Amino acid sequence: MALAPPITDIEQLKSHPALGRLLAWNASAVEAVKFDRDELTIWIAQESIREAATALRDFADCPFNYLADLTAVDWYPSEPRFEVVYHLLSISRKERVRLKARLDGSSPAIESVTSIWPSANHYEREVFDLFGIRFTGHPNLSRIMMPDNWEGHPLRKDYPVEGYR
Amino acid sequence: MTNLPATFAEPGQDGTLILNMGPQHPSTHGVLRLVLEIDGETIVRVKPEIGYLHTGIEKTCEAKFYQQVVPLTDRIDYLCPMTNNLAYCLAVEKLLGLEIPPKAQWMRVLMNELTRINSHLVWLGTHAMDLGAMTVFLYCFREREDVLRFFEMVSGQRMMTSYFRIGGLALEPPLGFFEKVKKFADRFPGNVDEYEGLLTGNPIFVMRTKGVAHLSADDAIAMGACGPTLRGSGVDIDLRRDAPYTGYENFKFNVPVRTEGDVFARYLCRVAELRESIGIVQQALAGMPEGPVKADAPKVVLPDREKMKTQMEALIYHFKIITEGFTVPAGEVYQAIESPRGEMGYYIVSDGTAKPYRVHMRGPSYANLQALAKMCEGQLIADVVAAIGSIDVVLGDIDR
Repeated sequence: MALAPPITDIEQLKSHPALGRLLAWNASAVEAVKFDRDELTIWIAQESIREAATALRDFADCPFNYLADLTAVDWYPSEPRFEVVYHLLSISRKERVRLKARLDGSSPAIESVTSIWPSANHYEREVFDLFGIRFTGHPNLSRIMMPDNWEGHPLRKDYPVEGYR
Repeated sequence: MTNLPATFAEPGQDGTLILNMGPQHPSTHGVLRLVLEIDGETIVRVKPEIGYLHTGIEKTCEAKFYQQVVPLTDRIDYLCPMTNNLAYCLAVEKLLGLEIPPKAQWMRVLMNELTRINSHLVWLGTHAMDLGAMTVFLYCFREREDVLRFFEMVSGQRMMTSYFRIGGLALEPPLGFFEKVKKFADRFPGNVDEYEGLLTGNPIFVMRTKGVAHLSADDAIAMGACGPTLRGSGVDIDLRRDAPYTGYENFKFNVPVRTEGDVFARYLCRVAELRESIGIVQQALAGMPEGPVKADAPKVVLPDREKMKTQMEALIYHFKIITEGFTVPAGEVYQAIESPRGEMGYYIVSDGTAKPYRVHMRGPSYANLQALAKMCEGQLIADVVAAIGSIDVVLGDIDR
């Protein structure tokens, strides 16, 4: 089974409910799309991530009411350094979509989505703890895995695998 | 007590008391620490404190070859090693675009359902023991021993199996394996009757669980609950049926859903799942196809020992895979499967090298833990024990 090349043309992917909804809501916030290995990724401008998330959750035809996962990827040393990754699931339609927001390496921060999906609480704390990305508007942004007095953020690429000794 | 979360009121400020439960509490199933804010005997708020078992597996993965990550996945959720193996292997296979032969797929389904039975038996035994029913624990571990013996037969290991590899299985199942599983599968529904006879109608068990730790469907979705915890609240979703992987579309099974949303409903869901799982095992045994258990991809799959010793080409491939790994085309996938606890997802980013650029495990227990805080509000302290049991936490899965 050979891999099909990814599709990055917005016009071809319009039929996907999540992308159709986001384009109807605010096409300028959609930075890029990619359909690769049967998975749709949508890059959202980082300042409008909360509104985009609200638009998807409250979409009557296919409500993306379940936040399956939230994590981040560090692309050090390239800029923008971080990508925050949201995996959404529509429980009624069984549709999945991946949202991404790019963040700069110098004091990375993005709006929290805890008010949209309360389950984001622990995920955002984990990303804050391990990547050092701040989520503005989070009710309790504190370390969750590492001890409170830990220095550094272990999942960053410039943090050595064996730790600082 | 140090480092109390900021959301808590100061002890005594509004008449409440802060009580620490765990990480050495016997009913927290590992090293879970719950900070309870209580008003008399009633829970006002629950704050899970985790991280005691954090071993940085996600970071370690980034320094390993793709095939070296498989043994690490066993150790995340140590009660269902094969489900973790499967989720990881499926994700990498999706990245590679690799086709898996039918026998390997059916074996994966078979072993996966045995894993589900194994995991549910540990849950049932410990959950019942938390609530004072010692006998069930011993019965469950008796059957679990049989399942672990099957794991040992195929992989040589009882718990950390690493039986599924990228591209198929590690080994052919040994002679006589299917007959033994068949015997077990024929006997097992009777064992489930035994457990149910001890619990389902047991007035003490019912009083401890019915109406306790209620979670509505909307709350369950909002808090990200998954698996039997979500289905016990009336949300009908099971990835084996709704997003079939590794050949689950060939099997017929029901998805037990209860609408009550309490501890008892989650108990009934899981017990019904035990029966469904054994049905799938029977179907897998009856229809097991013949053929190879490894994909025909010499650059990815290790050659058979025999070939390696007799054929130069196989030896070269073996050497290359072991020393340099294999490269995976750049891209990213999120592969979710239905583990005994719910949606187990692997998000893997590849940059085209032989080591994964980023591996993120979406653990079902991590998601269910947030629902625990919600369902415990307004309950009694003793009910917290029942609630923890009902979401079936595995701390290795939470802390990774």
